[in-house]
Amino acid sequence: MQAGIRVFLVDDHALFRTGVKAELDRAGSGDPDLPPVVVVGEGGSVAEAVAGIAHLRPDVVLLDVHMPDGGGAEVLRRVRPEQPDVVFLALSVSDAAEDVIAVIRGGARGYVTKTISGRELVDAVRRVHGGDPVFSPRLAGFVLDAFAQRPGAAPVGDPEVDLLTPRERDVLRLLARGYAYKEIAAELFISIKTVETHVSSVLRKTQLSNRYELSRWASDRRLV
Amino acid sequence: MSSGIAEHLGVPVLWVRVVFVALAGLGGTGLIGYALLWALLPATDSRTRRPSTARDRQQAVGLVVLGAGLALAGAALGTAWAGWVTGPLGVALVGAGVVWREADASQRTRWRSGAGAVSGVLLGGRMALLRVLAGAALVTSGIAVFLLNQGNLGQARFALLAAAATLVGVAVLTVPWWLRLMRALGEERRARIRTEERAEIAAHLHDSVLQTLALIQQQSDSAREVRRLARGQERELRSWLYGPQGYGQPRTNGALPAFAATLHAAAGEVEDTYAVSMHVVVVGDCALEQPLPALVQASREAMVNAAKHAGVAEVSVYAEVEPGQVHVFIRDRGVGFDPAAIAADRHGLADSIRGRMQRHGGTVTLRTAPGEGTEVQLAIARRKGGEET
Repeated sequence: MQAGIRVFLVDDHALFRTGVKAELDRAGSGDPDLPPVVVVGEGGSVAEAVAGIAHLRPDVVLLDVHMPDGGGAEVLRRVRPEQPDVVFLALSVSDAAEDVIAVIRGGARGYVTKTISGRELVDAVRRVHGGDPVFSPRLAGFVLDAFAQRPGAAPVGDPEVDLLTPRERDVLRLLARGYAYKEIAAELFISIKTVETHVSSVLRKTQLSNRYELSRWASDRRLV
Repeated sequence: MSSGIAEHLGVPVLWVRVVFVALAGLGGTGLIGYALLWALLPATDSRTRRPSTARDRQQAVGLVVLGAGLALAGAALGTAWAGWVTGPLGVALVGAGVVWREADASQRTRWRSGAGAVSGVLLGGRMALLRVLAGAALVTSGIAVFLLNQGNLGQARFALLAAAATLVGVAVLTVPWWLRLMRALGEERRARIRTEERAEIAAHLHDSVLQTLALIQQQSDSAREVRRLARGQERELRSWLYGPQGYGQPRTNGALPAFAATLHAAAGEVEDTYAVSMHVVVVGDCALEQPLPALVQASREAMVNAAKHAGVAEVSVYAEVEPGQVHVFIRDRGVGFDPAAIAADRHGLADSIRGRMQRHGGTVTLRTAPGEGTEVQLAIARRKGGEET
């Protein structure tokens, strides 16, 4: 099992952890060509998660956004400096823009909603483990919204991180429309690798930009 | 009190106490300052306070002696006014201190016992009452001595001054209770708001979530019905929590941008009717001015088509409001169809979507093929002067 992707689950609802674990166990080892996804541990609170991740050193952490004692953002804050290699994928029922943006800015490589199917979740875990971000349509919508150039909006500070290129915008729009990377590549006549590069660049900008909308969402919850 | 200030300033508590004592010795300003701070700053909850140790008490005695010494020295060196003003004033201040301090102690007792807003003194017991009376006597005598020192005043003026002094005395003695009363009122108001809030949440959860859970239990043999109920409830709860007029949002007055909300509502209706999940993402928003109602209607029709014919459990809906125009994309990964071979009796696409969009100057683009899924793209120009929000 050493070749597999080792996953750590963080959620304060035991029922939900059990459900996700069952889904991952069922869907995580179906394809013999791909590395199996194995749940190696779980945590029900921020403290448990931090201790568990330090002890088990998983490849990917599936992180709930809403938990007592600071939630997913607090886990990110405490684990990231110690273990920069651990990849985080946020998993939440929340639709609130500030939650989504806050965990992304906290260092998560992706955001999926809890209604995602087991197969899609395994796919998302493999993708973040491979270094690519995972944008749900909703996250793509929020990022587009946050980077929109509106009349009267705050001036752009650093064009390098405060503006999206037209191509990145196109990719985000297609993501928001529910297109998979493969479909985006076909639609825009570019390679899947290029799509991934664009999405990575958007993720980086979302994490680094100090645009008013992004800072506001994050700072309203004091999670910058 | 000193520990609170020390914590705030980040210096040892002893220093703060010494400074207070020194000030107290030099003309009583320290006492007044201490009393004011004590009265105006909210006290820490006694339960979180660390119990005082023998060392603390020793220190306190030492400080008091030091203070008294300083005061005596001040009086010995003092000028005339130190004699007849500071003396009685000092007595009055000590009295007030005793009374105020008693109020504080009783207040703490009340917190501990968790009793209601009963007068603090009564709970303090007989000793407390005695101490309060002693304090009051000190204040009164202080004022009396001060008045007597005025000596050769006319009778009318003396009466006036005495009345004023009495009023001052009463005011000084009752300060703690006024402050407590005001604080208690504030607390009560906050508690009432919290209770109302809790009641509102409970009522909402009961009306929506509990009812739906009951329905789901009754319908548990029909997977389709369960999914429809669960999805409908999820949507409702989400809009309550995160929606533009939702619970989690600041209350705003005035007109809200309505396009996104209307599109969400249309998608919700289709979800409820056909038990298919609609994943709606809207970027930007604006008022529902003409011709956007037609766009929402056409979008709804496209969603219905996808729900009825595509044979999938979920449909993606993406809308983007731009300064000049609004786009809506309705996409499914279902069976798709051949647009050329479409039966003439299917009015949905021809009339409800294409006809409606064209009447309002919009366009429809259809991308589909058998087995490839379907995407309906709608675009419509906004009238000039529309405000994007």
